[in-house]
Amino acid sequence: MGAVLIAILVLPLAASVVCLKAPMPTAKAVSLTSGVATFGLALTLVSSHQVATALSGWLRADALSVVFLLAVSFLYGATTVFAVGYLRPGEGPAEARYSRRFFAGLNLFAWAMAMAPIVNGLALLWVAIEVTTVVSALLVAIGDTDGAVEAAWKYVLIASMGLGIALLATVFMYYAGSTVLGGSYEIFYPKLLGAAPYLPPEIVRLSFGLAVLGFGTKMGLVPVHTWLPDAHSEAPTPVSALLSGALLTVSFYAILRFYQVTERAIGPAFPRDVLLVFGLASLVLAALYLASQRDLKRLLAYSSIEHMGILAIGMSFSAPIAIVGVLLHVLAHAAAKSTAFFGAGSLIRKFGTKDMDRIRGGIGALPWSGPMFLLAVLALSAMPPFGIFRSEFLIVEGGLSSGATALSAVLIVLVTCAFLGLSWFASQTMLTPTPESVVRGEVSVWMAGSMVIGLVALVVLGLHPPAQLCGLLERAAAELGART
Amino acid sequence: MAALGTSPTTLTDAADVLALLVLLSEFAMLRSSLSRSQVRLYAFQSLCVSVLAGFVAATRHIGELYGLMSMSFVLKVIVVPMIILRLVKEVRVDVTAGHRIGVATMVLLAIVLSIFGIFVVGRLPVHSRSLPILPLALAAAVILVSFLLVIVRNDVVSQAIGFFSLENGVSVASLVLAAGLPLIVELAFLFDLLVAVVVFALLMRVHHGRAGTLSTQALDRLRG
Repeated sequence: MGAVLIAILVLPLAASVVCLKAPMPTAKAVSLTSGVATFGLALTLVSSHQVATALSGWLRADALSVVFLLAVSFLYGATTVFAVGYLRPGEGPAEARYSRRFFAGLNLFAWAMAMAPIVNGLALLWVAIEVTTVVSALLVAIGDTDGAVEAAWKYVLIASMGLGIALLATVFMYYAGSTVLGGSYEIFYPKLLGAAPYLPPEIVRLSFGLAVLGFGTKMGLVPVHTWLPDAHSEAPTPVSALLSGALLTVSFYAILRFYQVTERAIGPAFPRDVLLVFGLASLVLAALYLASQRDLKRLLAYSSIEHMGILAIGMSFSAPIAIVGVLLHVLAHAAAKSTAFFGAGSLIRKFGTKDMDRIRGGIGALPWSGPMFLLAVLALSAMPPFGIFRSEFLIVEGGLSSGATALSAVLIVLVTCAFLGLSWFASQTMLTPTPESVVRGEVSVWMAGSMVIGLVALVVLGLHPPAQLCGLLERAAAELGART
Repeated sequence: MAALGTSPTTLTDAADVLALLVLLSEFAMLRSSLSRSQVRLYAFQSLCVSVLAGFVAATRHIGELYGLMSMSFVLKVIVVPMIILRLVKEVRVDVTAGHRIGVATMVLLAIVLSIFGIFVVGRLPVHSRSLPILPLALAAAVILVSFLLVIVRNDVVSQAIGFFSLENGVSVASLVLAAGLPLIVELAFLFDLLVAVVVFALLMRVHHGRAGTLSTQALDRLRG
């Protein structure tokens, strides 16, 4: 299994280097191969009951890592399919330069996100997430418009400040470990987890609070979410999909690693309360903002904040089934949000605008992508038979069974508010008559094809998740302290 | 302590003074109205942090910290300030765009934040083998004031300097808390900082190229 981790370490990085020099068709082929192969490699880890390690312990993938690696690599694969259609072949030197930068950046971004779940230790995790920030900030700015530069600046500044706080959290957690394990100890997870019951509680509490604030900035938790809608709306669509589906959840993974230690050190009550506060704030604000958007991609960005809030609230329920739901939600949200962004990408290409007042009759204009976009929006609103329905059902069930009845009710009400906002705009843009001036037909087969992949994944997760996957989710939940 | 050969009070006092210099230069950056002097203050602050690292390495015999000290000296005292100074010179805008609130209010706020940071963190049950607790408390103050700097100053140079000095505060904190953190991780942190600087500088230049200013006043189109 160690060889798989090394392959994941090498493959996207090599693809990125090749894309720096290659012409556009080669770059597309290389990225597509690397994306699909990385997902295939991640799949081989699903049914393994052992913890995979490599490079004398620096790489390590337990069940929790594999769940997030699956989300990242799935999105990487789907996004490269979309990107093949998204970048139109051009002859000029400007297009060639854009293509080189775009594909090199895209592969490097995916590499950094795939590294985060499989590096061993909180310090290396921080490094991987910091690398995602700098690479993705450049990808947000790649369009070189006023809006893109503004969004990239806000993103790099706010996310870096947040990660500064996360670094402080990492240092505090290291100090907590050193009180038990001595000055220079191995910084790998098992060592820290083993020492967790003896760590000084005040320091662990402080460290967890700082970690939620710091990594929460990148995860898009309210009130430190302010970079998120700008970056999502101004970035090229494939990058938006990766930001929303993979980057936010990778930051959530970092919080879960701190949660894992904190839960063993001082019990689950404190970390759950912290996550509940941030989660509720995110859900309330996102549900309200969803109703007042004009920009299609900002709408989806606020939906991401909503779903990050659901993840945080789900972790605050003490029932094991809620934690399984949260982990399933990570996967389902990745599939649904990327599909919605891919659909939005086709719509924006078709109508030449992100303004939802000027997008009309999407179903008529895009005979395949249109209906699929509508399905993705329904999936995001937790409609059966899609994966998010199952995951939110598990989360609410966990909430009810652990006695948090009022909170579960609030969760359902807020999710319904978000659904109203999202579906109102979706029906306005999709189910209206198509203007005469718009030519019917798909923008690109590749772009539509990437949506099919996402929808198939959503239906599989919703109707009948494979037994190996269910086993993986249960093992990961057990690692997070869910005892059945 | 006695095994170190020097009077413990002198040692701890020297560390406290260095950490205090880091905080004072943070205040000076907050107050400074020239981009160029802000960058120089940052270089001075980084120098204090490097000296503190060397001090811990010498007194506590942690050989790895010498490597870290020299890396941080080269990067944060020489390379980073040079990159930013070149940018400032290139765009020929020296006076920073100003601040959202008055100088007096700004400094008062910074003092309140510092007191809060020093007293809250000073009460933590931290027993470090490398340094006394006061530098950690001062580092907390540096971090809080750096946030204030980023929030109230409205030009991209100040905001970037605010982020870099936040990182200096975290460095001081990690000298107190985690002097034995493996070198490879420390180097990764520094490498990251370097990459971040390049990205910041790139975005600053692009912003200047588009808006003709380093002020953040042009960065207000995206809302809601």
